[in-house]
Amino acid sequence: MRHYFTILSHEVRTLLYSSSTYIAAVLFLGVMGFVFAGILELYGKTPQETPPAVVFFQLFWFPVFFMVPLLTMKSFAEERRLGTLETLLTAPVSTTEVVLGKFSAAYLFYVLLWGSTLGFHYLLKVYARDARFLDPAPLIGGYLFIALSGLLFIALGILASALTRNQAVAGILCFTCLLGLIGGFSYLGELSALNTDGLLPLKHAVESLRIPAHMEDFTHGVIDTRQVFFYLTGAILTLLLSILGVEAKILNS
Amino acid sequence: MLRAIDCMTEIPDITIEVSHLVKTYGSLTAVDDLSFTVKRGEIVGLLGPNGAGKSTTMRILTGYLTANSGSVQICGLPVASQAEATKRHIGYMPENNPLPEDMRVSEYLWFRGRLKEMPRAKLRARIDEVLELCDLKRNRHRILGRLSKGNKQRVGIAEAILAEPAVIIMDEPTIGLDPHQIIIVRDLIASLRGRMSVIISSHILPEIEATCDRVLIINGGRIVAQGSPAELRREIFGHTSYRIEFAGHNAAFAAHLTSIDASLSVATIGDCSSDGFCVATLVTTAPEDLGEKLLQSLPVGGYRLRALHRTQPSLEDVFLAATRRSWDARLPDKKAQNGDQRQPLPKI
Repeated sequence: MRHYFTILSHEVRTLLYSSSTYIAAVLFLGVMGFVFAGILELYGKTPQETPPAVVFFQLFWFPVFFMVPLLTMKSFAEERRLGTLETLLTAPVSTTEVVLGKFSAAYLFYVLLWGSTLGFHYLLKVYARDARFLDPAPLIGGYLFIALSGLLFIALGILASALTRNQAVAGILCFTCLLGLIGGFSYLGELSALNTDGLLPLKHAVESLRIPAHMEDFTHGVIDTRQVFFYLTGAILTLLLSILGVEAKILNS
Repeated sequence: MLRAIDCMTEIPDITIEVSHLVKTYGSLTAVDDLSFTVKRGEIVGLLGPNGAGKSTTMRILTGYLTANSGSVQICGLPVASQAEATKRHIGYMPENNPLPEDMRVSEYLWFRGRLKEMPRAKLRARIDEVLELCDLKRNRHRILGRLSKGNKQRVGIAEAILAEPAVIIMDEPTIGLDPHQIIIVRDLIASLRGRMSVIISSHILPEIEATCDRVLIINGGRIVAQGSPAELRREIFGHTSYRIEFAGHNAAFAAHLTSIDASLSVATIGDCSSDGFCVATLVTTAPEDLGEKLLQSLPVGGYRLRALHRTQPSLEDVFLAATRRSWDARLPDKKAQNGDQRQPLPKI
């Protein structure tokens, strides 16, 4: 792991130079700003039962769909297209270091961008002059969920990028995987075919994999170790597949 | 410093040892039972037509691709099992020299140097040194994507020699350069002689001839000829030819020649101009230079001589002859050379 930090700093620099990073950042902050403003308007009209932070996080999937592909699609696809992957892997570094370096850089940006939305809540508190608006519990839970699920989402993006030399294909593949992961389980859980007695355990399993439900749990202060385990193992498995994907593409070149 | 000396003493006399290397892509055999060795400080040129297996061989040497069978040892270490250790001894410049587009020259070299485990203090001085060597000082702060082809190529070479590896592998280092830049690159490669083992592949044959101590001609994944350019000429052609312009009795000319040297014979004769001088090509298998003998004895025999030129087959001729010979040897009805081991090449 001697070269991990060398690669990480190189990747962070590459992300800073890349236009898609800024597109992702501007889109993200713009969309989240509008969402937040919309929530405040809603709260201004009629009193609500849930704190605004909870509603804010309910829409987490929307920025994830475009931000994760934009941050990760370049990582391997671009290097493969340019041929610099060959120079990179003929230096005394391992594929694991390269994959982890690229993953960490993208994850760092993802967390940083989400972290910048803390400013919305702070602004609300300052202008509303009411400390209740900065309710720490759902905020801590929400951001913890974002940080945890981000591991899996970013790893998926890296995997998609590791499988192709075309950035656009990597981006769309990543988007489709995320759509399947976030929306797919909710859809499967509602299938009436699963309502028979024999398939009930399967239905429970699918329902417990519903990512929006995880988010609800986290913002309500329930931190389930099963869910933590799901994201951690999911991310590790996806990264392992990415390492294998990079090496398999070379073997079959 | 001590560590550097240790590294140098570790390097054995034979830096690259390839034995019975085989690599297939599906049904296509790219490298077929290739064996060769490269000594320390030697510059070896890899020649071959497109698809001969040059790039594949180089990629296997660097550990980027894995071979189907056979072994490669870099500085005494097997590439297959100790890839990371062997990569430390190699400076590699791939075909077309890929570079990240949005970095500056000095940033890129710094990143590569750190990846190659060079200590920071040493790296700073070394980057200045290689920039000077490759004549890139003025371009050190420029962005790689905006450099000219020649400058990019030199950045690739600077990167390959950056960590002072024992083995340097360059895939077509002079492709796309203008003649002036080719000379610079050639001098640069020649300056590495004696310190580092260099393998370069190229299509530009005079290039290889000027820089390389030894040439390996590869075709269809096999070595079809190897040796120094002079040895190759002798091996492939086995004869020297002279071009002369003379006037005299054409009929008795051949007989007179055999009296000068038994192996001397006329290959072609023709183009007699109005003043009586004819152009002839003479061929001999004699190892020594017969020029002086010809100049002395032809006038004695009553011939007038106004031009004598010893024509050496260029490496180009050697290359064409060697690759043609290897195709011929592989035709199914000519199994004389290596018996049944040779299979017909897949159609390319």
